[in-house]
Amino acid sequence: MITLAVIGARQELAGAFEAIGVSAVAVADATEVVDSQPDAGWDALVIDLGLDPARGIAIARRVDEALGLPILAVADLASDVTDVPEIDDFLLVPINADELRIRLGRLTSPTGTTDETIRFKDLELNLATYQASAGEVPVDLTFMEYELLRFFMTHPTRAWSRAQILSQVWGYDYFGGSRTVDVHVRRLRAKLGEERSSWIATVRSVGYRFG
Amino acid sequence: MAMEKQAEYVLSTVEERGIRFVRLWFTDVLGFLKSVAITPAELEGVMEDGMSFDGSSIDGFSRIQEADMIAKPDPTTFQLLPWRPDEGGVARMFCDIVTPAGEPFDGDPRWALKRNLRKLSERGYTLDIAPELEFYYFTDASPAREVLDRGGYFDLTPLDVAQEYRRRSIVVLEQLGIPVESSHHEQSPGQHEIDLRGADALSMADQLLTARLAIKEVAMESGMYATFMPKPLQDAAGSALHLHLSLFEGELNAFHEADDGLSKVGEAFIAGLLTHARELTGITNQWVNSYKRLHGGFEAPTFVTWAHNNESALVRVPTIQPGKPERTRIEYRSPDPACNPYLAFSAIVAAGLAGIERGYELPAEVLENVAVTDGDTMALSGVERLPSGLDEALDALEGSELMKEALGDHIVEWFLKNKRDEWRRYRRHVSLFEIEENLPIL
Repeated sequence: MITLAVIGARQELAGAFEAIGVSAVAVADATEVVDSQPDAGWDALVIDLGLDPARGIAIARRVDEALGLPILAVADLASDVTDVPEIDDFLLVPINADELRIRLGRLTSPTGTTDETIRFKDLELNLATYQASAGEVPVDLTFMEYELLRFFMTHPTRAWSRAQILSQVWGYDYFGGSRTVDVHVRRLRAKLGEERSSWIATVRSVGYRFG
Repeated sequence: MAMEKQAEYVLSTVEERGIRFVRLWFTDVLGFLKSVAITPAELEGVMEDGMSFDGSSIDGFSRIQEADMIAKPDPTTFQLLPWRPDEGGVARMFCDIVTPAGEPFDGDPRWALKRNLRKLSERGYTLDIAPELEFYYFTDASPAREVLDRGGYFDLTPLDVAQEYRRRSIVVLEQLGIPVESSHHEQSPGQHEIDLRGADALSMADQLLTARLAIKEVAMESGMYATFMPKPLQDAAGSALHLHLSLFEGELNAFHEADDGLSKVGEAFIAGLLTHARELTGITNQWVNSYKRLHGGFEAPTFVTWAHNNESALVRVPTIQPGKPERTRIEYRSPDPACNPYLAFSAIVAAGLAGIERGYELPAEVLENVAVTDGDTMALSGVERLPSGLDEALDALEGSELMKEALGDHIVEWFLKNKRDEWRRYRRHVSLFEIEENLPIL
C-alpha cells in the first residue's frame, strides 16, 4: 500500500484517499516529514496548497531538498504550481479519485507500469502518452483539446460553467474569454465524430456536461 | 498555460504516433502557405530556438542584406494532417516569424493580425469570425477545364458528383479540428460552399489557410481540381468569402442592444467598415480577377451600403432568432476566398475599431436592390462604389493612413509593388474580348 505524508488536506481530498485505499498520514510541517523518514516509509508527500500556496511551496522545497520525495500538490489554480520545479505533479480541485489514483501511481512507480488510461465507453485517454483513441482508432488532438477532454473525462456527469472550465483547463483568465471553451468543445465534438459528439452535452444557460 | 507542457505534448505525440515529418507553416504576404519540413530529431531544438531560413527567398519578406529569418512554431497549432498515410504520418504547426534578434518580423502577416487583435483586446473586445467559403470543382486547372457537375443552388441530385468530394472534405476538416456548420451546392454548376463554425479571428485565419489546402488535397486525391479563384467563369457566380463578424466585450455580444437591435458599438463598427471599405478592398480582394466578381452581378456587392437582410448590400445585418442575442452579427460580403486571411482580418478589425474609436455615424440603410441600380443614381444619393478594378483599389490603399498603420509599412509597400506589377501585366494583355469584338471589324 502507498503511504503518504499529507499536509493540510481538505475534506474532499481526505475522502478521495479513503476511496482509492492509500494510507494517508497527516503531518504538520516539513520538519515532521523529514525527521520521521525513513521510519515512516513515505512513498510521497501530498500538499494541499489550500489558502496559503506560498507556505505549501516552501514546505515542498524543504522536503525535496532533504529527501527528494515525490511531491504531489493539490491546488485551486494551475498558475500556483506550474513554475515550481520541486512539485512533481499536481491536481486541481475539484478532486477526481481516479485521477488521484493514477497520478499517485505514476509518482510512486518510476517504471510507469501503472494503468494510466481513463476510459469512457469506447473512448480512451492515456495520461502518460497524451494519446486519445475512440473505438481503438487514434483521435488526433491539439494540446488544449487534449486538456479539455482530460478534464471532462476525469470530471464526468456534472455540469460545469464555461468560467469553471476555463479556470480549470486554461488555468487563468485566458485571453478570448469563455467562448474559447465553446470553440474547443466544437472542435472536440467534431474530432470525436457524430456518434460521440453528444457525450459533451450543452447544458442550457450553464455550460457543458460530459457523460 | 506553461509553454513547456505544450512542447512536451507535441514531442510525446510525435513519438507515439510515429510522425516522420513536422511541417512548419507560415504565409507570404499574399497568403500562400510556405512549409519547411523537419524530422522529429530536429523538433525539440526547433521548438526552443526556432528554425532559421533564408527570408529573401520568400516573396514580400526580407531583402538580401537582412536575409536571416527564424520561424518559431506555435505548439498550440500542432495538428496531424489526415490526408497523409498513417504509416509515417505528417503533422503541421503554424509559425511566427522573428528576426535573429528575436523581434517579431514586420513582414509576417500572422504578426500583423496579432497586433491588430491586441489593439482590439486593449479596448476590451474580441472578434469572432464565421466564414462562408465558396469554391469551384473543375476537372483540372487548364483553360479547357470543365466544371464537375451541372447542379444548382441547394441541389441534391445524382448529377452532383462533386458532392462526394465536398462530403469527404468536411470529414477531413472535422478531423483537422475545423468544425463545419453546413455545406451546400452553390448557385452555379461546379460551385460549392462550406460554412465554418465561428472562432476567434487568429484561429479562424489559421483554419481558413488549412481548409483551403485540405479542400484542394481532397480534390487532388481524385485527380480533380478545387479552386478559390474569385471569378473562374465569366457567366457564372463568383466565389465569395462572406464573413460573419461578432464582437464580444467579455461574455456579452457587443453588437447587441436590449430590444433585439444593433448596439451603438455595432453601428459604429459598420460605419467604420463602410468609411474605409474602398481602402481595404485591395486587401480583401487582391487579384485582378477579384473585380470581375465584384462587378459581375450574382449578388456580389458593388456599392458601399448596409442593410438588414439585403443580399446586394456590402454589409448585411442578418435577422436573429428572438431570444438569441449572442447570435447578433454582421456579414461583410465583399471579401473573396483568394485573400490572405491574416491581412483581410487585420484590415477589417482596423476599420471597425476606427469606427468605434472615432465615433463614426452610421448612414441610413439602403433597402433597394443596389445590384440593379445604375451608378449615377447611387452617386446622386451620395453612395460610394467599391473600386472597379485592382488599380483603383491600390490607389485607395496607398492613400490610407489607417491601412498603413494596421498592416505596417513593410507589408503595404511590398504589397503595392507586387500588385502594381500584376496590374501592369494585365493592362498590356490583349484579351479574347478584343480579338473577338475588334478583329473582325477593324
